[in-house]
Amino acid sequence: MSNKPIKRTKLEMAKSPEGIEGPGFFAAKLQDVIGLARANSLWPLPFATSCCGIEFMATMASDYDLARFGSERLSFSPRQADMLMVMGTIAKKMGPTLRQVYEQMAEPRWVLSVGACASSGGIFDTYSVLQGIDRIIPVDVYVPGCPPRPEQIIEGILKIQELAKNESLRRRNSPEYKKLMNSYGIE
Amino acid sequence: MSQDLLNKLTESINLNVGGAIEKAELPYDFATITIHKEHIHEVLEFLKNDKNWNFHFLTDLTGFQTADEKQLGVVYHLHNMITNIRVRIKTHFDINKPEIPTATDIWPGANWMERETFDFYGVKFKGHPNLKRILNVDEMDIFPLRKEYPLEDQQREDKDDKMFGR
Amino acid sequence: MAKKEPIKNTDDFVEEKEYSILNLGPTHPATHGIFQNVLKMDGEIIHEATPTVGYIHRAFEKLAERRPYNQITTLTDRLNYCSSPINNMGWHMTVEKLIGAKLPKRVEYMRVIVMELSRIADHLICNSVIGVDTGAMTGFLYIFQWREKIYDIYESICGARLTTNMGRIGGFEREWPQKTWDLIDAFLKNYPKALQEFANLLERNKIFMDRTINCGPISAEMALNYSFTGPNLRAAGVDYDVRVATPYSSYEDFNFTVPIGTSGDTYDRFMVRQEEMYQSMDIIKQAIKNMPKEGGFHADVPDFYLPPKEEVYNNMEALIYHFKIVMGETDVPKGEIYHCVEGGNGELGFYLQSDGGRTPFRLHFRRPCFIYYQAYPEMIKGSMLSDAIITMSSMNVIAGELDA
Repeated sequence: MSNKPIKRTKLEMAKSPEGIEGPGFFAAKLQDVIGLARANSLWPLPFATSCCGIEFMATMASDYDLARFGSERLSFSPRQADMLMVMGTIAKKMGPTLRQVYEQMAEPRWVLSVGACASSGGIFDTYSVLQGIDRIIPVDVYVPGCPPRPEQIIEGILKIQELAKNESLRRRNSPEYKKLMNSYGIE
Repeated sequence: MSQDLLNKLTESINLNVGGAIEKAELPYDFATITIHKEHIHEVLEFLKNDKNWNFHFLTDLTGFQTADEKQLGVVYHLHNMITNIRVRIKTHFDINKPEIPTATDIWPGANWMERETFDFYGVKFKGHPNLKRILNVDEMDIFPLRKEYPLEDQQREDKDDKMFGR
Repeated sequence: MAKKEPIKNTDDFVEEKEYSILNLGPTHPATHGIFQNVLKMDGEIIHEATPTVGYIHRAFEKLAERRPYNQITTLTDRLNYCSSPINNMGWHMTVEKLIGAKLPKRVEYMRVIVMELSRIADHLICNSVIGVDTGAMTGFLYIFQWREKIYDIYESICGARLTTNMGRIGGFEREWPQKTWDLIDAFLKNYPKALQEFANLLERNKIFMDRTINCGPISAEMALNYSFTGPNLRAAGVDYDVRVATPYSSYEDFNFTVPIGTSGDTYDRFMVRQEEMYQSMDIIKQAIKNMPKEGGFHADVPDFYLPPKEEVYNNMEALIYHFKIVMGETDVPKGEIYHCVEGGNGELGFYLQSDGGRTPFRLHFRRPCFIYYQAYPEMIKGSMLSDAIITMSSMNVIAGELDA
């Protein structure tokens, strides 16, 4: 045993939302409770197309385990997923498929664009590559990198968790959101 | 490959398919034989079926555009694994009439390689079972790897060409 | 238990029978990479398959005509991205062949070490993913730790994990730090045990063997006709390895065996890759043992290799070379070259036509995945859907290399 002082990481469990506590009851805002539940159980749909997909595999594997943040169940069916992770280059041939998968997802849904190619076309400024997926679907968080390290991908997911935690329950029906969807041509 | 082996090969080809060879060179010790486009199918068949030369393996098939931009060409890389001899067969033809017989009846592996050459350069392979675009979108009507077409998507508005040195 | 025979005689199917069409679409969890296969099925048995590729076509060959020779390394990274250093080294060797550069033996041995490490990394992914597709998740989760150790080695050499852009034309960009050698030694010491654990899970596991033996077989003759190379061809029984046939980068100095299979089915492909990992470790041990002490880390090609900064600031010639290389104004000899290396999937070839300009006139990548994927519809004819999935993952089809 060495004599170095043990460094203890400051662990923070999920904080309970603000509310009024009493014997046998806890009153809080519905939005906070639902936000907490959504944020800590985001089920991703990995749309892995190229090199970023391999870094995603590294994120899912045991070294950088993504499951501990709540994304244990990868769902390849759009109807059962919350978060669309687009990893890798999207060519123009693939665009309609991506759009279809996004439209099939049920609300609430978040989109994480991983890597330079998905965010802006990356190093491939060519006739066949879509210069960024935000030309066809609305994106919530962009993770730059070529490819981004697993820690960066996890940070991107944590940012989506923050978005999910603080989102108002009425957001998906609000006129601003409808305007955003209409600007992409999605009903 | 040595010069004598190349000479033997060219003699062999001339014996069986007369007048086919345009020129035979040895750049970087790799035998490169340019064949006239009318005889290309016979020469390839001869090279595969001949017991002596036996080029049974098609390593690569691709297209190119000549430097004066008026002709297209197709390059075949052949390999005989048993005697470990490689050879490069080239042929070229006018860009306005890019037609050449297919090699899929000789090597089935030429199927997708010819589709890729058609997709990129517009070379029509007569007798190919399924000559459609393979890598680009089906609706594309240009042949992108020809020198006249630009690399970038001309419709994009977010990248400033001046900043990218173009 | 009776040996499973794939139903090959599809003439038994009657013409008036109704077949269902199943779209094994571009986004499918089990197709690693995006390929589409439209399957005509009779219940669970596949009658016909029509593949569509090109969903990740990034126009590498057109892009390469725009970039000077030292900038194309970043494109080659993204071909077979599971083993990027092999692609990088292959490209550097192509240009060195064109300009006629001779490398010191020490640099060639260093290149061999890096290429064999990346071959281990590639086969590691492929084999663990075959396990995942048959349902065995555990192997994948834990063997990936060893890929992270290989990433650590890459990081200490060039700074990046996956798309490495490693090395320069003429050698490496800097001498490898002591940390690299320590990491490689630690890897060679500890990996065989982990690989043995992984093998114990799957190699003689009855469920795995029942699923993979006779699944997606291909005969040697058909494999040669379809221009297969690499582990897929070796599993069919043909002992063709580019490292032995046309040795490059001093591979002729090394003593290793090339494993071959018999029936070309999924189990053979799995076992060939397992054995190749052991052979690669052997090669790395030999390279470290026989590494020459002198030679430095790069060849003497001042036209292409950046001079050290101290010389650039003090010496006129070095300043001019630096300027010419960075601005891409170096003269390259005219000519055409074909150079091939043994990639993770087979013979990766580079066909380069140079017209003396600062960028290639024509660069074509001979991509093994693209060529052998055309045989896939033949291989799965008559087998069941789940067998088709395992066949695809055992062929190690990487989307980046297929579509380029």
